[in-house]
Amino acid sequence: MSSAADHHAEVDPAYRLAHHFESPEQQFETGKFGMWAFLVTEILFFSGLFTAYSVYRSNEADLFSYASGYLDTTLGCINTAVLILSSLTMAWAVRCAQLGQQRGLKFCLIVTLLCAGGFMGIKSVEYHHKIHNGLFPNAHFGAHEDPDGVPLHITDESGATVANPAARPAPENLRSFFGIYFCMTGLHGLHVLIGMGVIFWLYLRARRGEFGPKYFGPIDFTALYWHVVDLIWIFLFPLLYLIH
Amino acid sequence: MTDNHDHHNELAHVMPVKVLLGVFGALLVLTGATVWVATHDLGRFDLSLALIIATVKAVLVALYFMHLRYDKVFNAIVFVVGILFVILFISLAVMDTGNYQSQLLRNADHVIRYR
Amino acid sequence: MSSEAHVADGSAVHAEHETGENYLNCSHGLRSWLLTLDHKRIAVMYLAGLAGALFLGGIMALVVRLELWTGDGLVLSDDLYNHAFTLHGAIMTFLFIIPGIPAVFGNFALPLMLGAKDVAFPRLNLLSWYLWITGAVFAIVSMVVGAVDTGWTFYTPYSTQTSTQVINMTMGVFILGFSSIFTGLNFVVTIHKLRPAGMTWWRMPLMLWGLYATAIIQVLATPVLGITLLLLVAERALGVGIFDPSLGGDPLLYQHFFWFYSHPAVYIMILPAMGVISELISVHSRKTIFGYHAIALSSVAIAAFSFIVWGHHMFTAMSPMGNMIFSALTFSVSIPSAVKTFNWLATLYRGHIRLNAPMLYALAFIFLFGIGGLTGLFLGALATDIHLHDTYFVVAHFHFVMVGSTLIAFLGALHYWWPKMFGKAYDETLAKIACILVFIGFNVTFLPQFVLGTRGMPRRYHNFLPEFQGLHQASTVGAFILAIGLFLILVYLWKSLVSGKKVTVDNPWGGSSLEWLTTTPPPHYNFVGEPPEHDVYDYHDIRYDAAIDGYVLSKNEGDAAR
Ligand SMILES: [Cu+2]
Repeated sequence: MSSAADHHAEVDPAYRLAHHFESPEQQFETGKFGMWAFLVTEILFFSGLFTAYSVYRSNEADLFSYASGYLDTTLGCINTAVLILSSLTMAWAVRCAQLGQQRGLKFCLIVTLLCAGGFMGIKSVEYHHKIHNGLFPNAHFGAHEDPDGVPLHITDESGATVANPAARPAPENLRSFFGIYFCMTGLHGLHVLIGMGVIFWLYLRARRGEFGPKYFGPIDFTALYWHVVDLIWIFLFPLLYLIH
Repeated sequence: MTDNHDHHNELAHVMPVKVLLGVFGALLVLTGATVWVATHDLGRFDLSLALIIATVKAVLVALYFMHLRYDKVFNAIVFVVGILFVILFISLAVMDTGNYQSQLLRNADHVIRYR
Repeated sequence: MSSEAHVADGSAVHAEHETGENYLNCSHGLRSWLLTLDHKRIAVMYLAGLAGALFLGGIMALVVRLELWTGDGLVLSDDLYNHAFTLHGAIMTFLFIIPGIPAVFGNFALPLMLGAKDVAFPRLNLLSWYLWITGAVFAIVSMVVGAVDTGWTFYTPYSTQTSTQVINMTMGVFILGFSSIFTGLNFVVTIHKLRPAGMTWWRMPLMLWGLYATAIIQVLATPVLGITLLLLVAERALGVGIFDPSLGGDPLLYQHFFWFYSHPAVYIMILPAMGVISELISVHSRKTIFGYHAIALSSVAIAAFSFIVWGHHMFTAMSPMGNMIFSALTFSVSIPSAVKTFNWLATLYRGHIRLNAPMLYALAFIFLFGIGGLTGLFLGALATDIHLHDTYFVVAHFHFVMVGSTLIAFLGALHYWWPKMFGKAYDETLAKIACILVFIGFNVTFLPQFVLGTRGMPRRYHNFLPEFQGLHQASTVGAFILAIGLFLILVYLWKSLVSGKKVTVDNPWGGSSLEWLTTTPPPHYNFVGEPPEHDVYDYHDIRYDAAIDGYVLSKNEGDAAR
C-alpha cells in the first residue's frame, strides 16, 4: 500500500492526484473523457423520447400543429434565454477556476444556480396551466379549452354539456402529444434539478477553496453536463413550442 | 507555456471572456431568429429551418462553451458518434412505423380500453 | 529450468510475495469489503452476487422444465407457470448473463491485463455493484412477492394491462441498466486512458478487445433500455398514450425501443465470452493466437453491426420494407462471428493442446456457439422465420448462444482465473467431470427443443399436445443433468476455497498476459513497482519449471515452451 503513496510523494498536493493515476494530466484527461462518454449515454437516454416524438410527429402532423398551440411561446422563449445565460455563467465558472479567481468562481456558480431555479420556476408555471386545463396525461386527461382559450364544452339551454361550436375540436390523440411533452420536458427538468444539486455541492467545495488552476476537473466536467442540458433544451424549444 | 498574461492554465485551454460573451450574444440572436421564423408559414421548410438553427446553436455551445474546438479530437468524435446512433434509431423507427401506420388499430372498439 | 533467471527477473515481486500480503488479506473485516475501491475485491463481490442469481434463475428453470413433464402441467396453475418463466428469464438475463463476464472477470482482469493499478473511476465501480444489488433486490422482491407475468421482454400492450408488479420490476431493471452503463463507461475510459506507455492498442490481449467492444455497446445501447422502461412506467402509472393502443399509443413502437437495446444486449452477453475464449484457446494450445487483428477488429465490427439489426425480432410485426432491410442487415453479423470461429480453429491447428477444464469449456464453446450462431441464420431469413417465429426453435437458439456460449465461457473463465483470484487450486478431475456433465446436459436439454420448434411447439405455453411429450421429457432430463453438473462445480469450488491446495506460482497455465506476471493472488495495487512488459500471445520465453510446478519467464533461450 505504501508503494503507491511513495510514488506520488513528489506531486504537489494541490493537484489532488488519485493513487491510480500517473500524472495530473492523465487524471484530468481521464475525467474529461469519462464525462464525454457519460454525455453520450445522456444523449442516447433522451434519444428514445426524440424517437417517440419523431414517429408521432411524422405520422400525425395535424395533432402536433394543433396541440403546440397550447404551449406558451413567450415563457418558452424566456426559459431558453435563462438557460443560455446559465450556460454562459457555467462556462465562465470554469474559466475562473482555471485562473484561480475564487470570488468569480463562487459568483458564477451562484448565478448559474439562480438561473436554473428561475428555469424550473417558469416551467412549473407552465405545468400548472397545463394541468389546470386537463392536459396532464393521467386518468383525468381531457382538455377543457382549445389552444385559443375557448371552452371546448358548453352547457346548452336544457343544462346538458355539449361541444362548443366556437371552439376548434381537439384531435383524437391529444393525449399522446402531451404524453410526449411531459415526458420530454419532465426528464429534462429532472436533469436540471440534478444539475442544481451538483452545482450546489460544487459551490460548497468552492467555498472551502478546493478548486484552483491545478485542480478544477469537477467544475469543468459538471459544466459539460450542464451544457448538454442546455443543448437538449435548444432542440426541445423549437420542436415543441414552435410548430406551425 | 508561451503565454504572455496569466490567462493560461497548464491542464486545459482557457476561454477568453470576449469569446464567451460573443457566443452568448449569438445564441440569443439565434433564439430570436427561430421564434421570428416560426411566425411565418414556410410549409415543409418550417421544421428543417428550425432544426438548422437549433443545430447551429448546438454547435456553438459545443465548440466554445464545451471547449470542443480546443479539446482532444477524440472527445468530439465520441460525441458525434453518439448523435449518429440517435439519428440511426430515429430514422429506422420512423421509416418502419410510417410504413405500417395504415394497419395500426388504435382507439378501435376491440382494443381493450384503459382501466 | 532457470530458477536463477526467475529470481533475477522477479526479485522485487518475490520480496513482496514473501510477506504474503495480497489484495484478499491486506485489510480485514466486512467494512473493508463493502467500502472497497479495489477492482479485484469488487469482482469477487460480483462473483458472489452473480452466483446467487444463477442459482435462483437455475431453480426457476428446473421448475419450468419439471412443469413441462406432461402436457397439462404437474403442479403449477397457468398463472404461476407464467410467473415462473418470467422469473427465470428476467433473473438470468438481467442479473446474470448481461453483467456476467464483464462484472466478474472484466473487473478482475481488465486493469491487470492492461498493467493499470485500477479502473479509471474506482468509486463509480463500487457504485455499479451497489446498483446491481439494489436492482436485484427490487426485481426479485417484486417478482416473488408481487409476481410478474410478462416474460422478460415486457411487451406492450400486455405489460400495460396486466395487474402484476410491472412497475417495480421495470424499476429494478432500470437500476440494473445503470449498473451496466457505469461498468461499460469505466472500461471504455480505462482502456483509453490508463494504458501504460508500452501497452499499445495492438498489444492488448483479445479479452480486452472483447470487453472494449462490449463496453461500447453498454454505453450506447443501455440508456435506450432505461428510457424505454421509464416510458413503460409512465404509461402504466399515468397513461401517456405512447405505447398503449387503448390510449392512442403504438404498441409496436415499444418493440422498436426494446430491441434497439436488447439486440445489442445479446452482444453484451457474447462479446466478452468471445474474449475469454480467445485467451483460453491460445494459452492452452501454447500457440500464438491466429489472426489477432482479425479477431480484435471483428469484436468492434460485431459491436457496430449489432445496432442495425434489431428489427429481426419483429418480423411478424413490422412493415414489409422494414423486414427486408433488417433481414439483409442481420446476415452481416454472421461474418465477424465466423471470422472469430475460424481463427480459433486455426489456432488449435498444430497447437500443443492441453485438455484441462478451462480448455474443455473453450472447445465446448466453439461447438455450441457454432450451433447457436448457425441456427440464428434460420431465424434471420424471412421465409423460415415466419414458420419458426415464437416457437421452441427460438428458445433453443438463444439458449445455445446465451447459455451454451456465454455461461460456458463464464465457467471457462472461472476455472482459468480461479487460482489467480483466490490462490487456491480446485479438483481438476471433478472439474473435467462437471464440464462433461454440463456439456451433455445442455445438449440433451436444448437439441430436442429445435425439433419441437420446427414441429410447431410455441414458446411460453403451459400446455402442449401429446405428440410433443417425448421431446419435452428428454429436455427436462437434460436440464437436471445440467443442474447436477453446475451443482458439482459449486461443491468443489467451495471445497477449494475452504481446504484447497495453495497456489503460490505466478503463472500456473503459462499465460502470456500481464496478470500472470504478478504474484498470486495479486497485491493490492496489482503490481509491485512498474507493471512488467511482455508481448501477449508470445510464449517463446515462458517456460515450465518443474521445481515450482508453474511457468516462469526465461530470457535465456528462445525455444517454445511445453
Ligand atoms: Cu437480435
